[in-house]
Amino acid sequence: MSISPVRIYPLGDEALVCESPPPATLDVQHRVWAVAALARDWPPVREVVPGMNNLTITFDPLSADPDALAAQLAHAWQHADDAPIAGRDVDVPVEYGGAFGPDLEAVAAHAKLTPQQVVERHAAGRYIVFFDGFQPGFAYMGGLDASLHTPRRKEPRVAVPAGSVGIGGEQTGIYPAASPGGWQLIGRTQLALFDPSRQPPALLLPGDRVRFTIAGVHA
Amino acid sequence: MIEVVRAGLLSTVQDLGRSGYRHLSVASGGALDALALEVGNRLVGNRPDAAGVEMTFGPIALRFARATRIAITGTDFGATLAGKPVWSWWSLPVAAGDELVLQGAKRGMRAYLCVAGGVDVLPVLGSRSTDLGAGFGGLAGRALKDGDRLAVGVAARERASFAPDAPAFGVKAPVWCSFALVDEPPHRRGRHPEGLPWAVPVRVLRGPEYDHFTPDAQHAFWSDEWLVTPNSNRMGYRLSGTVLERGPGTDLLSHAVLPGTVQVPPNGQPIVLMSDAQTTGGYPRIGSVIRADLWKLAQVRLNGGVRFVETTRAAARAALAEEHAYLRQIDAAIAMHDERLAARTRAATAA
Repeated sequence: MSISPVRIYPLGDEALVCESPPPATLDVQHRVWAVAALARDWPPVREVVPGMNNLTITFDPLSADPDALAAQLAHAWQHADDAPIAGRDVDVPVEYGGAFGPDLEAVAAHAKLTPQQVVERHAAGRYIVFFDGFQPGFAYMGGLDASLHTPRRKEPRVAVPAGSVGIGGEQTGIYPAASPGGWQLIGRTQLALFDPSRQPPALLLPGDRVRFTIAGVHA
Repeated sequence: MIEVVRAGLLSTVQDLGRSGYRHLSVASGGALDALALEVGNRLVGNRPDAAGVEMTFGPIALRFARATRIAITGTDFGATLAGKPVWSWWSLPVAAGDELVLQGAKRGMRAYLCVAGGVDVLPVLGSRSTDLGAGFGGLAGRALKDGDRLAVGVAARERASFAPDAPAFGVKAPVWCSFALVDEPPHRRGRHPEGLPWAVPVRVLRGPEYDHFTPDAQHAFWSDEWLVTPNSNRMGYRLSGTVLERGPGTDLLSHAVLPGTVQVPPNGQPIVLMSDAQTTGGYPRIGSVIRADLWKLAQVRLNGGVRFVETTRAAARAALAEEHAYLRQIDAAIAMHDERLAARTRAATAA
């Protein structure tokens, strides 16, 4: 396998970004996670934040040598092949439809499927957490069946309940905390996506493989 | 124990923030004017990671149940302690039952209260800072309310300066804008024609997408005086000015953003991200305010002005080193004060 090209550049005075040009692919993302796992152990590094096709490391500008860190990043990127595949398998039980998923009908209508078919396809998917963002413990996941891609709601909700499972465009995700949100809500999980008293506090980490299981389907 | 008699519009418990959780989308948080908090903790003999109260708008009133020491740093809120005016950037003895009243800022935006022993709330993910967005940390994850009670940690009492009955002493406040005075354009010297404050200059490094912007936008970015809109908060300073146009470009994939990152959403109005900002974004990053100038930005008032002065990585590093040198000067001054005080006590005991 050829190694994707990489560009390393500074972000402000205390961060470096290591980025592969688009398109975003799972191969590149595996490399992002592998380099992130390595960089976390480098002494001057404070934070390692994976993005889509990229990762950012932060450091103390007074004690770190950014040029040396950039060289270390480049080296790690080239030699990340042997790293073990990151991530764990996580099952997320979901109550679909009814009060838990008020937009299930709308998603079904958009997909020209029955609500039951939407549930089955959603639960049949194998998803992967590309990175976390938006709010603590929110996982950006790839792998949504193309037939379920649904535009966001025209009117975002003022308050989406915690644990809501939604579809926004080509993505599916789970709201860790009650918040405003524009995704189409198809169900809800009882699992705590984020609990600051737990270690790690987030249920879904970059690289994790996620399966939704059907805990119930409601009309 | 500190009783919050009047909480003001936005007072929160803050320390220097949490680190190591940005990959889980947990913001750093922490005092926006971190330098003020650092000095405040030094003035009461606290460890650098002790928590204080960040106060945004007055009037605020706090009552101290026990004799202790406090320091108020950041901008001057016109404070009185037990009815007597007190200075900012001073270490002050407080008697049991004393009430501290802070009227509010005449200039600047935020003041910090540090108390010997620190505000003792349960650390969450390694920090006592309040994350208002996520609703954890600080006091129940929220801003202080009238009637709240804040526990105070155990104070380090081994040094004479910090005893509750030791005399008050002060240190020099950090310099606001020394770097800008040198290269200030002639038309900005002296007084503003309308009696307004000049826009506060903050130093900025070009961002990864700086070249995506049109030459006109790049010029405006450096030459405009940007208005800090009232829609600004601990997550970000939303600025208003020339609409910054991008050339035809590709959409960006999501990437990390940091406090200081200046991003430009499609409306062309830049946002400077602050301590509580989200950890990832997808808007072009036109620049980054350097670490050493973030506290200055945090002190720019809503409806105040800010302008961006281009700088270099070497200058950014030097500015941060200067800040550290200032903190070491404060440490040295306090140590000297301490020695003098201890010598005086010894002499008094001998006599």
